[in-house]
Amino acid sequence: MTILTLDEVKEGEELPPLSYDVTATTVVLGALASRDWRPMHHDHDFAVHRNGTRDIFLNTPNQAAWFERYLTDWTGPRGRLGRMRFRMKGSVFPGDTMALSGSVRTVEVDDTGCGWVDLDLALRVGDQTCTECSARIAVPVTADDNPWDRRSGRWRP
Amino acid sequence: MTDVRALPDDVAETIGRTQYEETGEFPVERGYVWTTCSSVENGNPLFWDDDVAAEITGGPVAPPTMLSVWFRPHHWAPGRTGEAQPLQVHFDLKERFSLPEAVISDNTITFHEPVRPGDVVSSRQVLRSVSEEKTTRLGTGRFWVIDVEYRNQRAELVGVESYTGFGYRRETQA
Repeated sequence: MTILTLDEVKEGEELPPLSYDVTATTVVLGALASRDWRPMHHDHDFAVHRNGTRDIFLNTPNQAAWFERYLTDWTGPRGRLGRMRFRMKGSVFPGDTMALSGSVRTVEVDDTGCGWVDLDLALRVGDQTCTECSARIAVPVTADDNPWDRRSGRWRP
Repeated sequence: MTDVRALPDDVAETIGRTQYEETGEFPVERGYVWTTCSSVENGNPLFWDDDVAAEITGGPVAPPTMLSVWFRPHHWAPGRTGEAQPLQVHFDLKERFSLPEAVISDNTITFHEPVRPGDVVSSRQVLRSVSEEKTTRLGTGRFWVIDVEYRNQRAELVGVESYTGFGYRRETQA
């Protein structure tokens, strides 16, 4: 089981890339898992004729879940998300191969002793960036530190 | 910053005011956690291995990014006469300004106390701003920012989502 600690993280470091072939099942499963019943995430005709898009497309909460999985694959289970910001620039459709990438912007310890990593993440299809995400995740400062133990004033995401 | 003088009074007076305080329609449950993890092939043992969850988080937790899942209404429920919307202020603004289409362009989520199975999550919506009319490649409309605050049954803050929406009219609909 991976337990990434803060001393192992370097500014500018690139995360291992993740590639995934998106199908209609990926889109629909993600929409239903996030309880998002809006038709552009499951109804091809609605997506094309009403929304004017090429097909049904991945919804935002499911993209958040993809980015979370991507981050915690890297940190292991002691990584605790503090904040995520998404900017949607394009859609991800069935038939697309989406590629997640990320790099470490900053590494710091706040004045409560919590270790934080700020990252720039992207979800791309081919040459197009579909979603940009900036994320802040707490990572143990030492092997016996656990960000999940933090509450109220000791947790400042 | 929104110049509230440029907005209709009924919209201006809702800025900063709490709206739609709602309690989730079901307690947080692990079935959705596993469905969500499965949908993105998330093998984090925190969500699959009770021993790991007990050691690290004192018991099972839901993935933080599932925050909005717990406030989305059922597609249908007994006695419901209209479609329930998960971000009602967004749909109110679409209707108020007669903007048939809308997208969410930015979404920021801040995570606080972990959400655990059995929790009942309440939400409340606060409209932060509404822009003047703008034209983008999608069409002509307005941007707005809506915060959704989530609390558990002990009134502890579990997270805040901030959405930037763009309600618009496609050029062919003008």
